[in-house]
Amino acid sequence: MKVLLVSIMLVLAFAANAIAAQTVVTQKGRKFSEKKIELNVGGSIKFVNDDDVTHNIHSTTKGHAFDVGAQKPGQTIVHTFGKAGKVKLRCAIHPKMKIKVTVK
Amino acid sequence: MRKNALNTLRGGAAALYGGFAAVAFMVTLGTSPWTTEATAGGGDDWKAAWVRPTSVPFPEENPYTTEKATLGQKLFFDPRLSGSDYISCATCHNPGFAWGDGLPTGYGHKMAKLGRRTPTILNSAWGELTMWDGRKDSLEEQALGPIGGKAMKQDVSAVVEELTAIPGYRTLFNVAFPGEGITLENIAKALATYERTIVSGIAPFDRWIAGDQRAISAAAKRGFDLFNNKANCAACHTGWSGTDSGFHDIGLPDDDIGRGKIVKNVVKLQHAFKTPTLRSIAQRAPYMHDGSLGTLKEVIDHYNDGFTRRESLSDEIKPLNLSEDEKADLLAFLLTFEGDDPAVVSPVLPANEQVPGAWLQRLSPAAGGKAETAECRTARLHLDHCN
Ligand code: HEC
Ligand code: HEC
Ligand SMILES: [Cu+2]
Repeated sequence: MKVLLVSIMLVLAFAANAIAAQTVVTQKGRKFSEKKIELNVGGSIKFVNDDDVTHNIHSTTKGHAFDVGAQKPGQTIVHTFGKAGKVKLRCAIHPKMKIKVTVK
Repeated sequence: MRKNALNTLRGGAAALYGGFAAVAFMVTLGTSPWTTEATAGGGDDWKAAWVRPTSVPFPEENPYTTEKATLGQKLFFDPRLSGSDYISCATCHNPGFAWGDGLPTGYGHKMAKLGRRTPTILNSAWGELTMWDGRKDSLEEQALGPIGGKAMKQDVSAVVEELTAIPGYRTLFNVAFPGEGITLENIAKALATYERTIVSGIAPFDRWIAGDQRAISAAAKRGFDLFNNKANCAACHTGWSGTDSGFHDIGLPDDDIGRGKIVKNVVKLQHAFKTPTLRSIAQRAPYMHDGSLGTLKEVIDHYNDGFTRRESLSDEIKPLNLSEDEKADLLAFLLTFEGDDPAVVSPVLPANEQVPGAWLQRLSPAAGGKAETAECRTARLHLDHCN
């Protein structure tokens, strides 16, 4: 019982930590809530689709390219940045939505 | 600052040719009785997204000047930009067809059939990426493409030489780009500046959004409701010009994968094309990147249930179950985007040089190279002080 409690607390502590190191970006009205973000290597962004249309965050920056795939309204996606550099993100569907991420 | 004040533009507008879409746009805005505040309030919030902008955005790297726009207009209408000296930008982007060519796909140099339909360049100042597949980042970057490509087949470096041989262009470039003159970059900048001034005129839809209840029919108003709700068109055709500038697969059955070829490995970009503006839509048949739908009725039937289902299909495209009456209402609404865009007058183009240097020498050997002013090079034959 005691062991279980401790492990639950550990998990909670971890979760809290993860949240603290995370920037949250919302997408309502086909707009990212942030334009520029600075992170440390290993940091992550939590993208919340609080909009009424599907979005699709991706990057074509050399060495940092990724595609999170289609993100429907209500869905949340976390992307972790593992390498230092400047990464340009766009919504593949709505190219007016863009963010510059600096990973240090 | 990306937006130029309307005033800057309005001041310059007088120098542009009359009947020019941008002039009408700006003049009308200047004297218009309505304002953004008047339409946004009063519980009509949903209308606010459709209010026309009050100024044209120009990029910092290429701000508006009247001189650039005037020069750009001449270049746009000048067939000497092409290899054959026969095709101008306006051959395909014809103002008479709301800046398209009325063909399923265009024809370029020696009637070469192009792969996609000629899009309108109306309201492109508000765009993000250009071309159906977004492969060019800006109008400046786009402008030299057709000159060297299948459309006009000119040796791009020869363009500078050819324009330099035309005295009127030497003057126009020197005025628009002091100390720089005729370069490829400046040709692109002038063309892009002119293109940004091509803005839709006021349409019945605008008058309705501005508060004139009688500007559009009851059927069109029902159509607007369908457009925003049951038919879901506004998921992509948003804002005053009717486009999100985004890329979507709407389920057209051809093999062209559009943006999928430019940005690989993104499922939703396979068969995705840029959302076109809906302004002057009736003027621009046939429709879509491949010109495959001949009428707006066919377009509505396509969205209702005629699309191809596949993984890349946009999540916003679903069977609509529209009744025939609803389809008619939607069509009535689309027709409210026909603006009173004024006729565009084709500009007077700088004439080819009449008196080539060698011949000049023979004509008046006494002149012996003196008085070689721009004026004298073309006017020597009738101006005494040049002889
Ligand atoms: C032979 C016909 C033809 C000629 C001539 C031509 N174009 Fe085009 N234009 C097209 C076609 C077709 C496309 C779309 C091609 C694609 O997306 O693959 C296009 C696309 C464009 C676009 C992008 C519009 C958008 O919404 O993304 C612009 C801007 C443009 N042309 C400007 C010009 C200019 C400036 C010239 C002259 C220098 C010119 N065009 C000459 C046929 C033509
Ligand atoms: C998922 C986004 C999306 C939705 C929803 C949508 N459209 Fe479109 N629309 C587009 C795209 C993208 C194109 C160009 C497609 C192509 O050529 O491949 C287009 C093209 C058109 C065209 C032709 C424009 C031209 O210049 O060729 C018309 C008209 C049109 N749509 C009307 C509508 C109407 C009416 C609805 C609602 C019933 C609607 N659209 C719903 C994205 C959308
Ligand atoms: Cu998006």
